[in-house]
Amino acid sequence: MHEWALAEGVVSTATRIAEEQELKEITEITVRIGELQQIDREILEFALDQQRTPLMRNAKFTLESIPAKLRCRVCGEEWRFSPDDLGEEISEAIHFVPEMAHVYLKCPRCGSPDFEVVEGRGVWLASIKGVKDGG
Amino acid sequence: MADPRLEVIGRRLAGVKKIIAVSSGKGGVGKSMIATTLALALSRRGYRVGLLDLDFTSPATHVILGVEGLQPEEEKGIIPPVAHGLRYMSIVFYAVDEPAPLRGAAVSEAIIELMAITRWGELDYLVIDMPPGIGDATLDMIRLTPGISFLAVTTPSRVAFETVRKLLRLLRELEVPVVGVVENMVMNPSSRVRSQVEGIGIPYLGAIVFDPEVEEALGDVERLMGTRFAEAVGRIASELSQQIP
Ligand SMILES: Nc1ncnc2c1ncn2[C@@H]1O[C@H](COP(=O)(O)OP(=O)(O)OP(=O)(O)O)[C@@H](O)[C@H]1O
Ligand SMILES: [Mg+2]
Ligand SMILES: [Zn+2]
Repeated sequence: MHEWALAEGVVSTATRIAEEQELKEITEITVRIGELQQIDREILEFALDQQRTPLMRNAKFTLESIPAKLRCRVCGEEWRFSPDDLGEEISEAIHFVPEMAHVYLKCPRCGSPDFEVVEGRGVWLASIKGVKDGG
Repeated sequence: MADPRLEVIGRRLAGVKKIIAVSSGKGGVGKSMIATTLALALSRRGYRVGLLDLDFTSPATHVILGVEGLQPEEEKGIIPPVAHGLRYMSIVFYAVDEPAPLRGAAVSEAIIELMAITRWGELDYLVIDMPPGIGDATLDMIRLTPGISFLAVTTPSRVAFETVRKLLRLLRELEVPVVGVVENMVMNPSSRVRSQVEGIGIPYLGAIVFDPEVEEALGDVERLMGTRFAEAVGRIASELSQQIP
């Protein structure tokens, strides 16, 4: 997902959860970022900051990276995704649609594209902290 | 943990007046041809139209449109490029010419991702070319896109129609609107499919002849729009467009 679109999702999800929990202010938003998506942290931080709502005026955005772990369904091999030696176009395709990993990556042991992304695929809103209404 | 993508999909589609998923029970009945030609026909009637190819493992609309070298623009998400007047989105922008071997769960993830990043803007119609059957893509689109409606494609064959009947039943149970059924590849006109469709209370939108000219017209939009096939799809487009003021 593009960082800006992602930040938009994070802000509106945090807003919904804050409403559900009757928070009058959000103080911290923790976002977990799977490395498969190769999110640019600086751009994401900037986009989050730009899209802040009054409810999260002083909130701290905490970004946690989760390494991407892949496991071959054919031979069981496990390995870590590293974007280093992919070309720019492949990197970008996986950045926008992480499932494109199945198009461009192969199991290093048996060569199969039939692997699963065990960890580190997407972007998640892990938690929010805040101050309760009337409390 | 919450998935931030789910929250923005509705917003990405907020400017779209009508979403039509072109769907079927069996494969190979002409969904991709009809979705593409319907989108072009609506566009030529002056509507603002988007075309989304959601058949990630076997995309085909780019072949029918004959598009090459197009790329979406990156602007706070992804803006679909314009192909023959259509806002056009397909996984081929990312997979290029490579095979995309995706399991169901991965298809699902890719659909959510694409729906969350694609900014369609203001459209009268978004036509979606669906993969066949009532699997992941169908269930995901029903779950993720509240305003969606379906157009079901069958052939005169009972084998195709019986699977469409199941699709229609599922949609009815889930209270998803169906704009109607199209009968494609008709060689010997008969009212059998029409009467069965009308019997279950769903509009029969028309028959499309089996047109041998279609194959030669693939990739050449002008030629395609001059075929008897496109003429029949055009009549369906006119009928559908009366549903929108
Ligand atoms: N009315 C028609 N006359 C002649 N050929 C047709 C007609 N409709 C579709 N075809 C041809 O039939 C083939 C299958 O059509 P198409 O790819 O649109 O089916 P589909 O339902 O999208 O298939 P899939 O389920 O695999 O996605 C194509 O070669 C197409 O050109
Ligand atoms: Mg198709
Ligand atoms: Zn392997």
